[in-house]
Amino acid sequence: MPETFAGLPELPKKDRLKIPRHPMPEQAPAERVRNFSEVALGYTPETAIEEAQRCLQCKEQPCVAGCPVGIDIPAFIDLIRRGDFAGAQAKIKETNTLPAICGRVCPQEDQCEQVCVTGKKFKPVAIGRLERFVADWEMASGEVAMPECAPFSGHKVAIVGSGPAGLTCAAELARMGHKVTIFEALHKAGGVLVYGIPEFRLPKAIVDYEIANLERMGVEIRTSFVVGKTATVHELFHEMGYDAIFLGTGAGLPYFLGIPGENYIGVLSANEFLTRVNLMKAYKFPAADTPVRLGRRVAVIGSGNVAMDCLRCAKRLGAEEVICVYRRTRAESPARAEELERAEEEGIDFRWLSAPLEIFGNEEGFVTGMRIQRMELGEPDSSGRRRPVPIAGSEYEIPIDTVIVAVGQGPNPLVTRTTPGLELNRHGCIVVDKETQMSSIPGVFAGGDIVTGAATVILAMGAGKQAAAAIHQWLGKLERGEVSKPWLASPAVA
Amino acid sequence: MFTILKKEEIGPKFWRFLIAAPEIARKHRPGQFVMVLIDENGERIPLTLADSDAEAGTITLVVQEVGKTTMQMGALPEGFRLMSVVGPLGAPTHIEKVGTVVCVGGGAGIAPLLPIARGMKAAGNQVISILGGRTRDLVILRAEMEAASHEVIYTTDDGSFGRKGLVTHALTDLIAERGKPDLVVAIGPAIMMKVVSDLTRQHGIKTLVSLNTIMIDGTGMCGGCRVTVGDEAKFVCVDGPEFDGHAVDFDLMMKRLRTYLPEEQLARERYLRAEHTCQALKGVDHA
Ligand SMILES: Cc1cc2nc3c(=O)[nH]c(=O)nc-3n(C[C@H](O)[C@H](O)[C@H](O)COP(=O)(O)OP(=O)(O)OC[C@H]3O[C@@H](n4cnc5c(N)ncnc54)[C@H](O)[C@@H]3O)c2cc1C
Ligand code: SF4
Ligand code: FES
Repeated sequence: MPETFAGLPELPKKDRLKIPRHPMPEQAPAERVRNFSEVALGYTPETAIEEAQRCLQCKEQPCVAGCPVGIDIPAFIDLIRRGDFAGAQAKIKETNTLPAICGRVCPQEDQCEQVCVTGKKFKPVAIGRLERFVADWEMASGEVAMPECAPFSGHKVAIVGSGPAGLTCAAELARMGHKVTIFEALHKAGGVLVYGIPEFRLPKAIVDYEIANLERMGVEIRTSFVVGKTATVHELFHEMGYDAIFLGTGAGLPYFLGIPGENYIGVLSANEFLTRVNLMKAYKFPAADTPVRLGRRVAVIGSGNVAMDCLRCAKRLGAEEVICVYRRTRAESPARAEELERAEEEGIDFRWLSAPLEIFGNEEGFVTGMRIQRMELGEPDSSGRRRPVPIAGSEYEIPIDTVIVAVGQGPNPLVTRTTPGLELNRHGCIVVDKETQMSSIPGVFAGGDIVTGAATVILAMGAGKQAAAAIHQWLGKLERGEVSKPWLASPAVA
Repeated sequence: MFTILKKEEIGPKFWRFLIAAPEIARKHRPGQFVMVLIDENGERIPLTLADSDAEAGTITLVVQEVGKTTMQMGALPEGFRLMSVVGPLGAPTHIEKVGTVVCVGGGAGIAPLLPIARGMKAAGNQVISILGGRTRDLVILRAEMEAASHEVIYTTDDGSFGRKGLVTHALTDLIAERGKPDLVVAIGPAIMMKVVSDLTRQHGIKTLVSLNTIMIDGTGMCGGCRVTVGDEAKFVCVDGPEFDGHAVDFDLMMKRLRTYLPEEQLARERYLRAEHTCQALKGVDHA
């Protein structure tokens, strides 16, 4: 039996507001830049219960509306306050299949915590940290409540891609009694959670644990299988016998800047850098076979979450100077506030209002430097953010050994190109029905970054979940003969 | 799946592997490759498919020992299960009847050339192959290439087999004696493909090359494999591996291939040391 906790009484509202938000215990910056272990250490049961006491249990529940999957936040927090962690975990799992992951990587400051009533005057309830706490507690207790799966429906569903969208869709469908197979191109399942987000932010053991649970629910995972190459969508339907298909292939295609010098050795995409470091464990080289070389000075271009991860990995790999080059200011940076702060604590040199113009290299083709243009903010652009405009005559050069380009990713065309009849928007993203996530091909559903472009873990999960419900309905129709599996004209070889 | 069913030495430090991979075998077309990962701590390396048998569910890979990973492959026993074999990747060769096709192969490049030569012959082309290597034993797959071609010309650097010299010498003479072929397909070391392309450019002969850059995923998600073709950056793993040899910036590509030279050497030395210790320990056991 896991340990039980006494919990704390419900305080009068004004007293709840007097309790300050509990800080997250963290590894000190000087120490953590020398390892890849998780930075945030997690609440103790006592801290979690005290933090839970802060919640006002609001009737209107703005936090629930702020959560993209609508977790019953006040209810799970109240269970924590009572010391019923297993109950709290069960409550979260009613709506969110991957709480240990979301508790760590969701941008709560833009979602549930942004609208938290306590946060109006004081600091918001630490919803994300509490979510993480119960999930970790369950994992440590060794007693995982597995969801009940309905008896086998007789239907097979193929999920393409094992990122958060695919994993969530798979879990939901397995629960409804369908036989689910996930096809993943890489040799390890998890999508961005394993190849992109570094160990110090999301330990891989957690992702592995969630994936093992999925397998325990009967979901089959086929890694090293590229849909569009190893088999096409058409073949999944008509040769491999799947009745419906969910495409959750993400936004894995790296964008480059298109400035001179981008092909010098030492200019790499964020995807290449992070894949080497996280998936292939280059930080262990030569114990792991994949190397990554950075030199003394590293510049990362961009300032989103991906850029933060690159900067902080570079620091941990021993680069002496790690510079962030971003066209706009800190205020416009799309990275999570928490990650930006941690990067600053770790000694990253931020060059705001700076745009790279050109990369220089030597005879052997190695990067040696970069020319940067200073910018100022002008009129707002279509995104509502003030547009950066160059300051004439402000260019300067810096010596640099490595440039990591983290300016965004687009959808990978491997599946879309080999699936005739699939409607795409002008960015190459799959067009779907908002309610059902069904694409222009009946029976083919899609969700996550492949539909929205690079977004967030929780939005991908929400889409996977929504699609699962629609797939379930579609399978019912198929059974009643109201619809049939699509026949895709001339499945191409790519 | 991905079990090594058969392994044979077809030249010094050249191995031919027969691997169980039914899905890849079914879809393989000449010109395509796979990404191979030996184990958990390994690296993903691209290997061109030398052959496949859809019915038997097998693929054939030819590996030359050059770095740590390929040396480790050379030491794997039959029955070993590779952690991952992904494919078939890349765009297949466009095979059609064009007339006379000259297939130029050097070193390990002869392996990927084999299915292309075979396909070109089956499509009704006159196939002349020029195969070269440093010395006789390094010119691999001779019987197979002879069966896949109408004629084979051999060259070796040391003159131990065929004519002494480089494949380009043989190609120059061939063009002089019999006129321009309709297509040249060249696969081998980067420098070989570069000189062949330089030669055929002068003669205005369409030339296809198959590039073997550093790759990580092989599916277009990292850009590590990028090369400049014409004025554009191309990803070898998805846009290639075959390109118009006259448009490829070989100098840049050859520089990029040297990115991890010191690390490759470190890994190789570390591996050889470990192997050596291993052998020594085995010796002690027996004593
Ligand atoms: C470095 C980095 C940091 C991030 N940090 C955060 C964060 O802190 N918080 C947050 O909310 N979001 C973050 N994001 C964004 C978030 O990770 C993504 O929005 C989310 O993972 C999208 O999920 P997905 O399931 O749509 O796709 P992905 O996670 O991209 O998964 C897609 C999977 O499909 C596979 N695949 C692709 N094509 C094929 C094919 N043809 N056949 C088989 N498999 C295929 C891919 O290999 C991949 O495994 C980050 C992203 C990156 C890159
Ligand atoms: S808004 Fe904040 S205080 Fe109110 S119920 Fe939600 S978490 Fe609790
Ligand atoms: S190997 Fe990664 S994009 Fe080609």
